Amino acid sequence: MIISIASGKGGTGKTLVATSLAISLRNEEKVQLLDCDVEEPDSHLFLKPAITVSEPVCIPVPKVDYARCTFCGECARVCAYKAIAVVPGSVLIFDQLCHGCGACSYLCPEKAISEEGREMGVVESGRSGNIEFVQGRLIVGEAMAVPVIRRVKQKINRNRTALLDVSPGTSCPVVNAVEDSDYCLLVTEPTPFGLHDLKLAVETVRKLGIPCGVVINRAVDGETLVNDYCGREGISVWLEIPLDREIARLYSNGITLAEGSPGWQAAFIDVYKRIKGVVNGIK
Amino acid sequence: MIVAITATGDRLDSDIDPRFGRCKYFIFVNIETNVVEAVINSPTAGGAGIAAGQTLVNYGAKVVITGDIGPNAYQVLSAAGIEVITGVSGKVKDALEAFKAGKLKASGGASVQQHHGQSAL
Repeated sequence: MIISIASGKGGTGKTLVATSLAISLRNEEKVQLLDCDVEEPDSHLFLKPAITVSEPVCIPVPKVDYARCTFCGECARVCAYKAIAVVPGSVLIFDQLCHGCGACSYLCPEKAISEEGREMGVVESGRSGNIEFVQGRLIVGEAMAVPVIRRVKQKINRNRTALLDVSPGTSCPVVNAVEDSDYCLLVTEPTPFGLHDLKLAVETVRKLGIPCGVVINRAVDGETLVNDYCGREGISVWLEIPLDREIARLYSNGITLAEGSPGWQAAFIDVYKRIKGVVNGIK
Repeated sequence: MIVAITATGDRLDSDIDPRFGRCKYFIFVNIETNVVEAVINSPTAGGAGIAAGQTLVNYGAKVVITGDIGPNAYQVLSAAGIEVITGVSGKVKDALEAFKAGKLKASGGASVQQHHGQSAL
């Protein structure tokens, strides 16, 4: 089973929930945690895995053979990402805009464009106790997270419960990470901003046909705007984590919720079992 | 010589559009023949500055007058030998007169970071 942990709004506690689930389940199930938040992977801070394998992620970018190029400009015309400009005597290639689609090389009438790999990230794998751990890391300054996320997801171990820590937002990296999940757990906070972005995230996962439920983090008595919305939409709120100084203090020291206070492990195991029930019910 | 000016409208009395890659129109003026052509700009989600630079190269412009320009666009224009004049505002026709009178000076590089004009207007 694949469970992705996403949010909409950033900083609501995706990693808190993902790492707490992994730690709570490690003696119940075979668990794998994959950090798909490749622009800022931080699950490792809490799971402290030993990384044993590190593989570069490359995308093909064009290289011009000036002996053949006639500066006709076809490559710039066909580039959907505007990563190429042709000026008299020179072809300018903006690597960071290139999606590696290969159109320029395929359609060049002079066969003057070849492709070479450009490293834009890395996928690291290892273990934290009996938890299998994978994370993607985008090189600082790179614009495209999706190729790295795809490589992380190729490491999904179907014999384990895969927990995907996803980046915030609802754009391409989130869609690519969440796609193919059996369930998406959306972590939010009871603020108007948290609710606004939760609605966008719910719309996104519904479009992808993935069942979802909600965890409210930093819950405060009387702040029911998220609960009210979920009630109206028929979305289960599986867990509420209170706004609590001690939780924050432990977390800031690299100790995730389920590790800091054992009472939470049972709560996370319960959430997992209920999600499993929902997923098995659908299947 | 063809001068390109970024504009919010398609006429000489339109205002200069402060954005280069995401301007509404390019107005191309041949200053010898006074032939004026306005071209609508349709920026893409990414690479708008590069594409706009390519448009100017394709039209054979030798000078561009605009508000701000980013590093990628500047790289395309300078590789093509197009003179870049930034920090200009007001009416297109006034900028053109100032240019003809030699009152506008080329800038030495990009005036803003990438994506500067993406959320403006």
